[in-house]
Amino acid sequence: MKEKHTIIIKVTNHPGVLAKISGLLAQRGYNIESAIAAPTENPDVYKISVVVEEDDRGIQQITKQLNKVVDTIKVTDISHKNNYVVREYLIIKVKVNNENRSDVFELMQVFSAKALDVDSDYIMMELAGTQRKISRIIKLLKPYGIEEYVRSGEFAMSE
Amino acid sequence: MKGSEIIVDSLKQEKVDKIFGYPGGAVIPIFDTLHSNRDIEVMLTRHEQGAVHAADGYARTTGKPGVCIVTSGPGATNTITGLATAKLDSIPVIVISGQVPTSYIGTDAFQETDFFGLSTSICKHNYLVKDIKNLPNIIKEAFHVATSGRPGPVTIDVPKDVSLAELPNYKYPKKVDMAGYQPVIEGNMKQIKKLAEAIKKSSKPVLYTGGGIVTSGAEKEIRKLVEKVNIPTTTTLMGLGTLPYDHPEFLGMPGMHGTVAANYALTECDLLIAIGTRFDDRVTGPPDTFAKNAKVAHVDIDPAEIGKIIETDIPVVGDAGDVLKKLINILEPKAKNGWNKKTQQWKSRYPLKYDQANSKEILPQYIIDTLNDLVDDAIMVTDVGQHQMWVAQFFHFKNSGQLLTSGGLGTMGYGLPAAMGAAASKPGKPVINVSGDGGFQMNIQELTTCALNNLPVKNILINNSYLGMVRQWQELFWDKRYAKTSLRKPGQNPEDNTPTNYCPDMVKLAEASGVKGLRANKPEDVEEVLKTGLEYDGPVVMEFFVRETENVYPMVPSGKPINEIILGDEQ
Ligand SMILES: Cc1cc2nc3c(=O)[nH]c(=O)nc-3n(C[C@H](O)[C@H](O)[C@H](O)COP(=O)(O)OP(=O)(O)OC[C@H]3O[C@@H](n4cnc5c(N)ncnc54)[C@H](O)[C@@H]3O)c2cc1C
Ligand SMILES: Cc1ncc(C[n+]2csc(CCOP(=O)(O)OP(=O)(O)O)c2C)c(N)n1
Repeated sequence: MKEKHTIIIKVTNHPGVLAKISGLLAQRGYNIESAIAAPTENPDVYKISVVVEEDDRGIQQITKQLNKVVDTIKVTDISHKNNYVVREYLIIKVKVNNENRSDVFELMQVFSAKALDVDSDYIMMELAGTQRKISRIIKLLKPYGIEEYVRSGEFAMSE
Repeated sequence: MKGSEIIVDSLKQEKVDKIFGYPGGAVIPIFDTLHSNRDIEVMLTRHEQGAVHAADGYARTTGKPGVCIVTSGPGATNTITGLATAKLDSIPVIVISGQVPTSYIGTDAFQETDFFGLSTSICKHNYLVKDIKNLPNIIKEAFHVATSGRPGPVTIDVPKDVSLAELPNYKYPKKVDMAGYQPVIEGNMKQIKKLAEAIKKSSKPVLYTGGGIVTSGAEKEIRKLVEKVNIPTTTTLMGLGTLPYDHPEFLGMPGMHGTVAANYALTECDLLIAIGTRFDDRVTGPPDTFAKNAKVAHVDIDPAEIGKIIETDIPVVGDAGDVLKKLINILEPKAKNGWNKKTQQWKSRYPLKYDQANSKEILPQYIIDTLNDLVDDAIMVTDVGQHQMWVAQFFHFKNSGQLLTSGGLGTMGYGLPAAMGAAASKPGKPVINVSGDGGFQMNIQELTTCALNNLPVKNILINNSYLGMVRQWQELFWDKRYAKTSLRKPGQNPEDNTPTNYCPDMVKLAEASGVKGLRANKPEDVEEVLKTGLEYDGPVVMEFFVRETENVYPMVPSGKPINEIILGDEQ
């Protein structure tokens, strides 16, 4: 059965390493939902988080192939581990009018979303949380009319 | 020290004594430094593809990495096919390419290509040297990565300004420090015990080995294993020679053009022990039909190979030699049983054969078979196609690493330059390149390199005036529609099997390149031409006009299980 997995790849910060990792995933035909990369506390180390949808065998192969990249230091599939804090970040712009503005504010309060910009016909807000929470607020805001949003993709840290 | 001097010194420290290359603007500094050195010989090929395949042939012959130096842009891109060839066969080839100066990178400068990007997916690892400070470490790492664990090609892209820059206090590093790169060599004892247990319990085991045995140098251990437990053994194209052709338990090659015995044994076995082999689709057919009833053990140095194609019951990560030694130690001897008998029956019932006695035309298999009587030990090189399979089937391989062939990528044009690289390593035995008339023309320019460097490559050119392997598929599966596979002159009588129908005249071409040219048209002449060619002191092209429509059998049609075998007319 295909399932979403979040995989964290620690790599040596060499030029081209991001291209290498994403090239590898593309070349082997895996379904990447999101991928983010960022520097870490150690300037020599980069962390890449990818979310892929694959069955167990696919995930095993992905992990092995990623491990095989010479620049890779460590690959962890955190999907079934509960000692990780996993977050995603969202910026979203929703259409509002005088009638429904307060409903949207209420929703924002429930989700602890923060307004970034408010005008007569839209609200722009930000929110960090689990992937579920992010998906939920997008779903609930949909009826108002979503003008645009960006999601960061998941990133994680062990407790 | 200057960048170019650091490169040359590093190569010396890595004990490189031969380089294949082609100069150009971006590598003039490196070639200039090489010009005044005495320890490293640089062989100028006639094409960069020739250089990279030569480095590959050198690597396969010596077990040392093959090094190739080319210029930026077109020089570098000409090595792409050779890198991909080396990648798929796990061969340590190092390409040092020139690059435009760092300040020009990314500007579409003259002869700039993103070689780092281009070569990433077809190499084990790649480097772009942006700062001379990193040059010594990069070269050290490149050699380490190329040759350790599962070997593979590595590229080092060196901008011209880096070659010219000065690095004070240069010292070649003694060690590498690579956080995440630590190949597993030692097999896990618990897994090895499981494997021993499985062998004890099995009544129909098969040993399936491949190129990993050559890399590991584990042919002695394989033989010990086979003899201790009397296990029928099949060896992929890449592993031919790791068990001698005449060993009683050797079943021949498996797969598409493998023997019936090997394919039947793989289909019926109850335990499949795969060591240093990667379940290529030429071997397995559809994976869900392969060794269906067998427990599968897989020993490989690359964890990513295990479980990649078929589910594995007993995975063992490690070097084949190490695992085999431990395994042999704990194994109890096993006598032959009904299974050995059964596989022997398949062997005698379905031998590989051909019928020269009833043919006026030369049969290609006959050429290879005759060669068996004329050479005792030789390095065999092939190009890609029917002739490659005939060599695999009919040559009597006795030694590990004896066959140099592009198995994984199937690169036409590989044979001649690879043979040249093998000959350049002075292996102390003849280097024989068997090629088709199609592939031979793909790097035919290298005949000149052989002539000028007096590299005694013995080319056996099997001229069937077709792209034979593709023609065979067209004959069998495409209604005999020979779309663009004939290499003859247009409009000639197809019955007339003489060189006048053929262009170029290979004997003249050989002679024009400074290489001896010989030709045989009739079966009676085969032995004489081979003898003359082999005895001649220097490079030779021996051209044989053979039956044009001869096919390679047995054959398993693509996509079919490997026990559905076409045996061919004469069988
Ligand atoms: C026209 C054509 C037809 C072909 N037909 C056939 C055919 O009928 N039959 C056939 O067999 N092949 C055939 N081939 C070749 C085929 O495509 C593959 O190249 C070949 O089967 C692969 O061989 P291998 O499995 O031994 O793997 P290799 O490519 O040789 O790989 C070696 C394996 O060993 C592992 N390894 C490396 N070093 C070690 C070590 N020290 N210890 C342990 N493991 C190690 C590697 O990780 C890898 O998994 C054909 C090729 C062509 C071009
Ligand atoms: C570079 C390259 N191009 C195309 C192919 C496809 N191909 C595989 S075998 C073959 C025919 C080879 O013909 P020839 O060299 O005459 O050898 P023969 O099969 O006749 O022995 C071709 C075209 C290939 N393997 N490599």
